[in-house]
Amino acid sequence: MKRLLAALISTAALAGFPAIAQNAAPDIQFASAPNPLTMPDDIYLGEVGGVATNAQGDIFVYTRTGQPTVSLGGSRAFAHGGSRLFHFDRNGRYVGEIGKDSYGFMFANQVRIDPQNNIWVVDQMTSMVIEFDPTGRNVLLLLGRKPESINIPVRAGAAEGGPGGGPPGAGRPQDVFDRPTDVAWDNAGNIFVADGLGNARIAKFDKDGKFIKSWGQKGTAPGQFGNVRSIAVDAQGNVYAADGGNHRIQVFDNNGTFKTEYDNLGNPQALCLTAGANPVLYVSDSNPPNNIDTAGEIYKMGLDGKIMGKFGHAGKQLGEFGTVNAIDCRTPNQLYVGEVGNLRVQKITLR
Amino acid sequence: MKRHLTTVCALALVLAAGGAAFAQKQATATNVKEIPFTSSGNFLKPPPGEYLGESVAVATNSKGHVFVYMRSANTRLWEFDQNGNFVREIGKGYYGFLFAHSVRVDPQDNIWTVDEGANMVTEFSPEGRVMMVLGRRPPAVAGAVATRTGPNPPAQKYIFCRPTDVGWDQQGNIFISDGYCNNRVVKYDKNGHFLAQAGSEKPGNGPGEFNLPHGLQVDHQGNVYVADRSNFRYQVLDNNLKPKAIYGNVGVGWTACVSEGPHQYLFASNSNPNGNPPGSWDITGEIYKMELDGTIIGRFGHAGKRVPGFQVVHMMDCRNPNSIITGEIESWRVQRLTLQPQTAKAASAQ
Repeated sequence: MKRLLAALISTAALAGFPAIAQNAAPDIQFASAPNPLTMPDDIYLGEVGGVATNAQGDIFVYTRTGQPTVSLGGSRAFAHGGSRLFHFDRNGRYVGEIGKDSYGFMFANQVRIDPQNNIWVVDQMTSMVIEFDPTGRNVLLLLGRKPESINIPVRAGAAEGGPGGGPPGAGRPQDVFDRPTDVAWDNAGNIFVADGLGNARIAKFDKDGKFIKSWGQKGTAPGQFGNVRSIAVDAQGNVYAADGGNHRIQVFDNNGTFKTEYDNLGNPQALCLTAGANPVLYVSDSNPPNNIDTAGEIYKMGLDGKIMGKFGHAGKQLGEFGTVNAIDCRTPNQLYVGEVGNLRVQKITLR
Repeated sequence: MKRHLTTVCALALVLAAGGAAFAQKQATATNVKEIPFTSSGNFLKPPPGEYLGESVAVATNSKGHVFVYMRSANTRLWEFDQNGNFVREIGKGYYGFLFAHSVRVDPQDNIWTVDEGANMVTEFSPEGRVMMVLGRRPPAVAGAVATRTGPNPPAQKYIFCRPTDVGWDQQGNIFISDGYCNNRVVKYDKNGHFLAQAGSEKPGNGPGEFNLPHGLQVDHQGNVYVADRSNFRYQVLDNNLKPKAIYGNVGVGWTACVSEGPHQYLFASNSNPNGNPPGSWDITGEIYKMELDGTIIGRFGHAGKRVPGFQVVHMMDCRNPNSIITGEIESWRVQRLTLQPQTAKAASAQ
């Protein structure tokens, strides 16, 4: 029932707001390198939730692959499997797998590398945020907890982090997430979790994982979210949130106070903020998975909201985009783009 | 219509979540001495490319080998040597492994697993062969069975409902806490025949009744120490499962451990609640060292995500009362804690 309602709502939203952004941004010329990743013969990428590079240029891809499974013959129904984290060198050669058979891997949504080169994974189904050390060998910090079992049949709201008596989507004031999507850090090491597609909030933790606060709920007013699909934090600690469903990016200060919003970028699904003195934000107006005849372009934008240009559109060919869910922008003018629709990572060079 | 539905769902959820979200209680024991300790951090070294999952169960054998029964993509049982080096996996693909809850090693070094998904208790020989099983895994032929709601069905002699722990007396009788959807402690003889039970499928808070018996241990006299989790207490039963005593001053009754040796101690964990609600780290997470009669000797540790903090200690090994091994749910790790030795005389208060 809930799923049906959600589908109806998103259909209505699409009909009401054509996902074509209303602006006249200049086109940026670009090229997509063929076969940027070399896969072993027996490993395939699935839907790419996340792609990120570390300081050495190594590439990490968190992808929905293999078989998500429910075990029969239990006192409850236990779900496991369905996502893997792969490591490639800077030339795209396969190095290995991280988090094999991890309890926290089921439905990949994002991978990010922090300034210390630690590898952070966000899983939408286990509702966990996992920090690995730079080698991927050790788990350093865990936020959230995988629900022990799944309900059959699925009950509305059964898997949700719960409202905790508050408004819908506000979640509970703790590290319990509902389909989280992304993670980012400020310069003090505070952790910001986009939570997400079930809840509609941003949760802030200190560097040791102690809950500080969260803000947001379902809604359309400033500080409310349709959902939170991606976040980024700038050098001043401001938080940029891709408010999917509301067709905008919202900007908050470090404590969650609403500052401004940018609503001329279509329906932002993936954000990447560059490092350095003049940071820019890349924003993907990703096409919905069921339609390649609309949207798909990626914007380059100043932090003041000024659009510098855009490139690409939805499609299946090289240089076209299929529901981009992740952008890596560590190297200026060279992006890695992870796609849900085309089960691939593209290496994009901007001219 | 949608708003109405949402409200109803939200209300139901609040009710459902209430117990879990606020399952924390500050211990009422005051002026308890802090026992100094050091932590090894996560001292186990899994095979290359493998990871610990929720490390809910940990136990040592007489050689100091460490057994971890844990939840990764699949539930698995790993053996490590006393230095934390990986020795082997036991029960790979075994039918009785589905959702780990407890592992204990008996005086003959047999390894016992308690699985709350398969509803099975399994005795493995020291070599890792299946010796005896108790309970039965719900048959898969039933398909994907709907998640059960409503009151628990009547408890059965030989079938468990999410069992939690196992222990033995000196005669080899077997004691099982059972569990999440029964609320009882069951005694079997060493051949697995039913002898007695305390409690029933129904939760209760009187003496000899339980509300989520979450763990148990048996001392050398045959007394049974039960972590009566949702009643926020430990209950002591005699060997025939008659209630003897209640220790209700050490917070939530999450897990109990009774040490070996001529002078046995009871360790009790006031584990922090899952999900870390605000304020929970200030009043939960510590472990108590007690005399078997309930006299508190001291406490150690606190809640936290990073070492030496605890993230929901689910089980302890205390074969050596000055070297405690903890398995944690929410940090996927096993720590070895070295305690400064304490005697009862050092206890300042109960």
